[in-house]
Formats: sequence, structure tokens, C-alpha cells
Amino acid sequence: MAPGFHPRGKMQFDHILQYVLSGLSSGAIYALIGIGFSIIYNATGIINFAQGEFVMLGGMLALFFLQLLKLPLWAAIPCAVLVSAAAGLLFERLAIKPLRQPTPINLVIITIGGSILMRGLAMLLWGKDTHALQPFSGETPIGVGGATILPQHLWILAITLIIIALNKYYFYHTVSGKAMRACSYNRRAASLVGIDVRRMVLISFVISSGMGAMAGIIVAPLTMTSFDVGIMLGLKGFCAAIIGGMSSGMATVLGGLILGVLESLGAGLISSGYKDAIAFIILLLILFVRPQGLFGKSDTERV
Amino acid sequence: MLKKLFCCALAMMICGCSKQDDGPLRIGGLFAVTGPAAFLGEPERNTAQMLVDEINRKGGIKGRKLELVVYDTVGDTTKAVQLATKLIRNDKVVAIIGPSTTGESMAVIPVVEKEQVPLISCAAGIKITDPVKKWVFKTAQNDSLAVNRIYDYLKQNNQTKVAILTVSDGFGASGREQLKAQADKQGITIVLDETYGPKDTDMSAQLTKIRSSQAQAIICWGTNPGPALVARNARQLGINIPLFMSHGVSSRKFIELAGDAAEGLKLPSGKVIVASQLPDVDPQKKALLSYIGSYQKAYNTEGDHFGGHAWDAVMLIKGAIERGGNNALSIRDQLEKTSQFSGIGGTFSYSPADHAGLGKDAFVLVEVNNKGWKLVK
Repeated sequence: MAPGFHPRGKMQFDHILQYVLSGLSSGAIYALIGIGFSIIYNATGIINFAQGEFVMLGGMLALFFLQLLKLPLWAAIPCAVLVSAAAGLLFERLAIKPLRQPTPINLVIITIGGSILMRGLAMLLWGKDTHALQPFSGETPIGVGGATILPQHLWILAITLIIIALNKYYFYHTVSGKAMRACSYNRRAASLVGIDVRRMVLISFVISSGMGAMAGIIVAPLTMTSFDVGIMLGLKGFCAAIIGGMSSGMATVLGGLILGVLESLGAGLISSGYKDAIAFIILLLILFVRPQGLFGKSDTERV
Repeated sequence: MLKKLFCCALAMMICGCSKQDDGPLRIGGLFAVTGPAAFLGEPERNTAQMLVDEINRKGGIKGRKLELVVYDTVGDTTKAVQLATKLIRNDKVVAIIGPSTTGESMAVIPVVEKEQVPLISCAAGIKITDPVKKWVFKTAQNDSLAVNRIYDYLKQNNQTKVAILTVSDGFGASGREQLKAQADKQGITIVLDETYGPKDTDMSAQLTKIRSSQAQAIICWGTNPGPALVARNARQLGINIPLFMSHGVSSRKFIELAGDAAEGLKLPSGKVIVASQLPDVDPQKKALLSYIGSYQKAYNTEGDHFGGHAWDAVMLIKGAIERGGNNALSIRDQLEKTSQFSGIGGTFSYSPADHAGLGKDAFVLVEVNNKGWKLVK
């Protein structure tokens, strides 16, 4: 009998538990990035393809503050988020706002250009090497049933929850959050009742770049970071947002988690070669069959 | 018109000079000094330049100086082909060192075959010299030798069931091919054949699958950062069967990225990183220590095995000239007669049937120990 033999059912369960737990932690990251996509989409009607680059900026800046400026972790994280949010602000002021004819196609091309620019600058500033960030609290694995996770996974899940809660509070309990929601329903009507739509657009860029950066920071100890991590993470976040029907609430969070878990289950139970294919098949299926998102009602016309 | 005439005259003078026996012999270098393969090309260029300067300081080879003409290919195949033609037609080189990558080398081969100039490639791809081409040699070790080294070790330890985890890019695909091709011959069974994408950030699903298989060892084939993530995931999952990496990560960067999870991992590697631990009888030890010493002095950083490929190429050409080579054809013929030359990559013996020239002693097995490398005896 092979060493480490378990009754088949128990073993299968342990595996699936491991796949689900790994999937949930990558899914939480996709969700955070996806919400960033949705916030900007709802405020402006454009898909910001530079969202992934803010994730990269977060990780790289945290590393920069930690290693070059020797700041402690608790100070480096807010600094990295603030600088990334400032980059989002600059991006909106310099690239999005001056546009005379803000047609969706122009805006989308600008965000793609912006992402290439940011990636290039990051490469020149920090080089092409991959870097590892220190885990927030050690690397001792924690057993959960038959599966194991790292303390960093808990950090990711906890910080994602906190950000989503803050997000919820902002959008439903503050004046500017409510104003932003008004913009997402009808920009023209919102401006008629005295909401400064331009300002809302700016705020949406600042919030989503800050959130993207936070996602980049908490994931960097697990996945490492380099100047080009933004592309793939951005695409996965975009998938999450599409599954969630571009809502900036729970639907996108669920979208991200579903995507992460399916990817991980697919890699484990079918074949690891199809891992990325799974995400994009889901994306295409949703776009074909339920363009309003998995949980959306078909009447939420927003464009 | 006058200017043109002057240029012609000058060109004739230069050509005339290089035909004389006492002028410097020109050697071309094609290295990816910038661009995505700069981690190969930069140390190669540095090493070749350092070595040529050193030879000239000592009075050249049999009284003749060498002149190195280096061009940067940026890792681009089209550029490599153009620059190879330029080296041959304009610079009239007698031999070319490089290019740095397999793709560029394959693209340059038709040029040197047609123009009949010997090329010593610094890239590892097995197809560069298999089948043998008259004018093409290489110094980098074949992947098959690295696979061989791991399988030998596994057999010694009676571990015959392995799981392989390879990256889905050129390097990983070539490794996977070799791992599978040699398994049968060596009596190794591959019980699980998994892959991961070069940009993947979590390999715990693949490793969970491997953990539950019959595998007695895991072999992971990739370049940074993937294998570092594999090492970390394996540690997280509490996998306690031995984990082997490829020579693609035999650099300090890997230890830095994988952190504590790298401890105890084994991988095949060129001897540079463990030069001082080699037994004194090792024929390469002298060359290795001299290379490391002079690279440290010239560039104030550690020499690696990529630079070593260029070191070997320059020394092989030097040997060919010493044995009487003084033009493209005679240098080629003398290169092919190289026998038992101990350099950085291994001990080279070329023959008309073998232009790669290395045996499996080119690789040693090293273990990560206390954030450094330890030679596995």
C-alpha cells in the first residue's frame, strides 16, 4: 500500500478543499481589481484598461518604500496606496479630462496607451527583475481541514472584506458616494440636479487606482511582482467585473471569487494547461449569453 | 567623388593590412546586450572583451593581437542576421562568437554556412549543433545533459517515479521533451506531467495533484520567477518529497525570490557557482577560479555561467589560432580538433560528428544551503 494512503473519498475532499481555498484567495484579488473597473465604468461609461497597471504600481511602490526608503511595512503600504492614487488622479487630469470628444473608443484607446506608458516607466525605473515582498506575518502554513493556507491568504481575505465594506459605506452612506451612484444611473440627470460629474469622474479614478494598488500590495508577497504583472491581473479583474455585470458591489465580488475557484478547480481536476483558458471561456460565455452579468436583471441598461 | 575615392583607398588599405600576418585578427561578437535577453548578452560581452584585452596585454597569440568587434542584437533575430552579414562583409572577421539566444543562433546559421565563417554560439538549444553543421559550434550545455544529471541522482537514490512540472514556454517545452525522451532509457517513470504558464502566480493546484500521486520526486523546469513560486507553494502544502529545479534558476536571484522555501532544493548547474568547493583534481577548477577572479576585478560583480559561455568561445578560438589557424577555414578546422579543453562550461572535445563537445560531467548537482550553493557529492 502506498505511503500516505487515505480512503479515497476523504482524500478527494481534501483536494477539493485545497483547490477552493487557493481559488478564493486569488478570487479575492480578482474581485478587488474588478470593482476598480466597475467604479470607473459606472462613473464614466468607459473600461479603464490601465486598471491592471495600478495593481503593478501598488506592489512595486510598496517594495520601493520598504527597500529603498527603508520604511516599516505599516508606513510603506499607505504611502504606496497614496502615490498610486495620485497617479490615478494625474492620469485622469492629463489624459482623460482634456479630451475634446470623449467617445468610448477614444477613451478606451487612451487607457490602453496609458497602461503601456506606465508599464514602460516602471520598467525604466525599477528594471525588469521580479521582486518578492516580505509576507506581512510570517510564512508558517496553517492547516484548515486537510488543506493548508498561508497567513498571507488570511490577510488577503480580511483586507478584501474591509475594502468592500468601506466601499459599501461610501456608496450608500455619504453624499459624494450617493452622487456617484446618481452619475452611474444617469449622468445627464445627475448634472441637472447639480452634481459635478467631472469631479465624480476624478474621484472614481482616485478610488479605483487606490484599490488596485492595495490589491497589488497584498498579493505581492504570494505571487511576487514585476513591471509586467498588471496585464494578466487586469484581464482577470476585467473578467470578474463582466461576470458581476459591471456592478460595483457584491456581484463583482462574487464574480471574482467564482472565477478564482473555477480556475483553481479546473487546473486541479482537468488540466493545468487550461487554467487561463477557463477564465476567458467564462468571459466569452457571459458576454454571449448573459451580457448583463451572472446576477444582473436584463433591464439594468446603463450605457 | 574625391571622398568616395578616398573611402575606397582607405578600405583597401584596411583590407590590405588585415591580410598581412602581423595585423590583428578580427573576431566578431553578436550579443543581446540590451533587450529581454540582456541577462545573457551583457555578461557575455563583458567577458569576451575582458578576455581579449587580457590576451592582448600578454602580447597576443603567437605575437598577433586580437581585435573584438561587438554588435548588440537586442535579442532580435532579424537584427542578428543583418549584423552577422555586416561582421563578415564589412569587418572581415575570421570567427564569430554568439548570438546569445537559440532563436537568433538558428537564424544566423544559414549566413555563416554560406559565407563560410566559423560561429561559436553561446545559446543552449540542442538543434544548433544537432544535426552537425560544418561551420557551427556551441559552448552552452545542452538541456539533455541537465536532465541526465537529475535522473542519475534519482536512480542512485532508488527514486524512479517522478512528477514533472514545466513552464509552457520555449525553455520549459524543450526541458519537457528531454525529460520524457530520456525517462524510458533511464528507467524513470513519469507519473504526472503538469505545466504552468510563464505568468502564472499560483501553482498550488498542480502541486496538490502531485502531492496525492505516487511520485517520489518532483522536477520543475522553468526560469525565474515561476520556480520560486513552485518552491513556495510546495512548502505551503507541506510536500516533503524532494523537489528538483532546472539549471534555468542557478542564480542568486532564485534564492532571493524563493526565500526559505529554496532551502534543500537540488538542481543541475554549471560549475561556476560552486567553483571553490570543487575537488582540486577537477580539470575545470583552475579555469573557473581564474575567470571568477578576473571578472570580479574587472566588473566588480560575480561572473556567471552565461559569461562563461563567451569565455569558453574566446579560449577555443585562441586554442585554434595557437594550433596554426589564421583564417576562417583553418580556424574552423583547428576548432574541430579541440580535445580535452577544460573551460567554464565543461571539458570540450569537438569532432566532425560532435560540435557541442560536452559530456555529462559539464553539470554538477548543487543544493541550496544557507542561502548559498552547496555541491552535492
